[in-house]
Amino acid sequence: MSNIWLIVQREYLIRVRKKSFLIMSILGPILFGAILFVPALITVFASDEHKHIAVLDESGLFRNRFENTSTLTFTELSVGLDEAKAALKKKQYDGVLLIPDINLSEPKGFTYFSEESLAPVTKSTLERTIRQAIEELRMMRSGIRQEQLDSIRAQVDIATIKIGKEGEQESSSGAAMVVGYIGAFFIYIFIFLYGAQIMRGVMEEKTNRIVEVLICSVRPFDLMMGKIIGIGAVALTQFLIWVVLSIGITSAVSIAFGLDKVAEARTKGQIEQLRQNPEMENAIEISNAMAAIASINLPVTLAAFLFFFFAGYLMYGAMFAAIGAAVDSETDSQQFMLPITVPLIFAIISLSAVIANPNGQLAFWLSLIPFTAPVVMMARVPFTGANWELFVSMLILIASFISMVWVAARIYRVGILMYGKKPTYREIAKWLFYRA
Amino acid sequence: MNILETIHLVKRYAEHTALQDVSIAVPEGQIYGLLGPNGAGKTSLIRIITQITAPDEGKVIFKGEPLAPIHHQQMGYLPEERGLYRKSKVGEQLMYLARLRGLKESEARKRIRAWLERLNLMEWAGRNLEDLSKGMQQKVQFIATVVHQPALIILDEPFSGFDPVNAALIRDEILELRRQGSTIIFSTHRMDTVEELCDYVGLINRSRKVLEGKKSDIKHAYKTHTFVIETDAPVTLTENGYEILQTESLEGGIYRHLVKIHQGSNNGLLRACMAQANIVSFHEQIPNMQEIFIRVVATANMQPPTV
Repeated sequence: MSNIWLIVQREYLIRVRKKSFLIMSILGPILFGAILFVPALITVFASDEHKHIAVLDESGLFRNRFENTSTLTFTELSVGLDEAKAALKKKQYDGVLLIPDINLSEPKGFTYFSEESLAPVTKSTLERTIRQAIEELRMMRSGIRQEQLDSIRAQVDIATIKIGKEGEQESSSGAAMVVGYIGAFFIYIFIFLYGAQIMRGVMEEKTNRIVEVLICSVRPFDLMMGKIIGIGAVALTQFLIWVVLSIGITSAVSIAFGLDKVAEARTKGQIEQLRQNPEMENAIEISNAMAAIASINLPVTLAAFLFFFFAGYLMYGAMFAAIGAAVDSETDSQQFMLPITVPLIFAIISLSAVIANPNGQLAFWLSLIPFTAPVVMMARVPFTGANWELFVSMLILIASFISMVWVAARIYRVGILMYGKKPTYREIAKWLFYRA
Repeated sequence: MNILETIHLVKRYAEHTALQDVSIAVPEGQIYGLLGPNGAGKTSLIRIITQITAPDEGKVIFKGEPLAPIHHQQMGYLPEERGLYRKSKVGEQLMYLARLRGLKESEARKRIRAWLERLNLMEWAGRNLEDLSKGMQQKVQFIATVVHQPALIILDEPFSGFDPVNAALIRDEILELRRQGSTIIFSTHRMDTVEELCDYVGLINRSRKVLEGKKSDIKHAYKTHTFVIETDAPVTLTENGYEILQTESLEGGIYRHLVKIHQGSNNGLLRACMAQANIVSFHEQIPNMQEIFIRVVATANMQPPTV
C-alpha cells in the first residue's frame, strides 16, 4: 500500500509541477469565461463610445421620448434638416435622427444621418424607442389611458414544474440542458486528455525499460493503479482549479456587468424596473440562466458528475494503461485506440439526441452500456434526477470498471515486459491467462 | 549457506521453452557468474529470481524461505537494458526508487548523498537525467540498484557502456559490496570479468544448466594436463605419454613448449627436458573461462536439442 501511495505521489507531483499544467489551469477558466461572456463583451465594446444624437422631430409626437443613457445623449432640435446636417459636419453631433411628419397608422421615413455607420445596438435602441412611442400613441388614440397601458404590459416566463416523489419541484429544461451538456463534455474531455496521459506514461516507462527496475520492487498492479490514481488526482486538481477560478472570474464579470444589481433587484422584486434599462438586459439574461441552474437538483447532479467522472475515468484509464503496456510506440497504439475512441465519440455524437429526449430509448440504452454511460447518463441526470435508471447505470459501470481494471492489469503485467513486435488482439487475449 | 536456490525451474513461452529444469545454488557472500550464450535463458532466469515473472514449474528458495514479494526489498536488479526517467532529476528519481524499496526518507537521503559523492555525481543531483553523459547515467542506475543495501544484487552486464576508468570504479564498488556481505549474481558474456571477479559460475545453454560450481574447481576439472615449459634450447620428446603440441621461440633465445601429458608425471617431463636444455620456467596451463565456456557450449550443442 505504501508503494502505491509513493507512485501516486510521484505521478501527481511531476505533472502538477509542469509548466503546461499551470498554463492549462489558468487558460481553462479564461476560455470558459470567454465562451460565456464574449457575446456580452462584444456588445459592450461595440456601444462603448458615447454618441451624441440630434433628434429632428418634424411630427412633434416624440417630445421627451428619447431618454439619455450612459452611451447616448439626445438633443431635440427644432431647426431645418440642412442646418442640422451642417451642425453634423461641424461635429457638433455624431448623428441626426430625422422623424418626418408621419401618419400614425403608417409610420415611415425615419432617417439617420451620420458620418459613420450606425452600431446595431444603437439602431435597435432608436427603433425600440420609436416603436414604443408609436404603439402608445396608437393605443391612446383608441382610448386607452397611460395607467391602463402600464397595467397591460406583461412579461411572460414559463416556469416548468416537475412532479416527483418529493413533490413538485421547479425545474428548468434549458438549464438542465446546459448543465447536462457541460457535465458530459467535461467527462469526455477529461477521459481523453488524462487517459492519453496514462497511456503515454506507461509507454514511457516501458520504452525506457525503467519498468524492469520498478517491477522488481513493485507489483505491476500497484504500478498501474498508482499511475491511474495519480493522474486522476491531477485531473481532479485541474478541475477544482478551474471551478474556483471560474467562480472568481464569473463573479468578477458579474460585478462588471452589473449582475449584482440584478440579483439585488430580484430580491427586492424590482426586476421590471431594471428591465426598462436596455443596458441591463444582458445582465438580466445571464442572471436568469444562473437562477435556472440553481433550480436543478444540484447535489444529485454534482454527485453524479463526480461518480461518472471517476468511474468512467478509471474504466477508460485502465484501458489506456493496457494499451500503453501492449505497444512499443505511439504509432502502434493507434490500432488499439479504436475500441476506446469509438464508444466515446459515439456517446458525444448522440448527446444532442439524448438531451432532446432524455427519457427516450436511445438515452436509456446508452446509459446502461458502460462505455457510453459516463457521458450519456451524466447528460441525463439534470433532467431525470436520482431514479432507478441512474442506480442501474452506476452499478453496471462499477462492475465494468472493476472487471476492466482486472483485465487491464493482466494485459499490463505481460505487456510491459514484451518488447519488439506489435501484438495482435489474439495475443493480447492470450495474455489474460498467463501465469504471473 | 546458499542465499538463493532455484529448484527444477521450468518456464515456457508460447513458441519455446526458456528454462528447462534449471536448478542453481548461489552461496551467500560470493560473486556468482551466470554465463551463457545469447538466448540461453539467462534473462528468463533472472526475471524469475527478481519475481518479474513466475515459473511454470519449480520453486525458488531465498534465505531458506520460498521466494515471496516481501523479498523484493532485499534484492537489487540492474537490467541489461538500462532505463530511468529521462526527464526527472537525478536526486529525485534515486529518492523515489530508494523509497519504493522500503527506505525511510531520511535514511534514503543520507545514502543517496553518500553514493553520489562516492561516484563523483554530487553536482549532477539537481539535473535531469537526460543532461548526463551515458556513463554517468549508468552510474546513477548502479546507485539505484544498490542504494537499499540489498542482500542479493543482480547485475546484468554491469560494465557495458563504461569507459575503463569508470568500469574499474564500479568493479571496486562491487568488490566492496561483497566485502560488506552482499551476494552478487553477475550475468555477462565478458569472460575477463568472470575470470577477475567471480567466485562461482553457472553456465546455462539452450534453456538448461550445463555447468555449475566454484570457479577454481571448474577450472581444475577442465584442466587438460597441458604444461608450458620454457627452456634455453629447443627440446624434443620421444617418450610415450608426452606430446609437444607447439613450440615457439621467444626473444632472448628462449623456447616455449606446450606439452600435453598423456601418461607420466610432471617430474618425468622435467627430467626429460633437463637432459636437453636449461629450464627457464615451468607451469601448468590452466584453462581460462573463455575456453571452458566455448568447450562446454560446443559439446552441448553437438547433442540433439531437447524441447
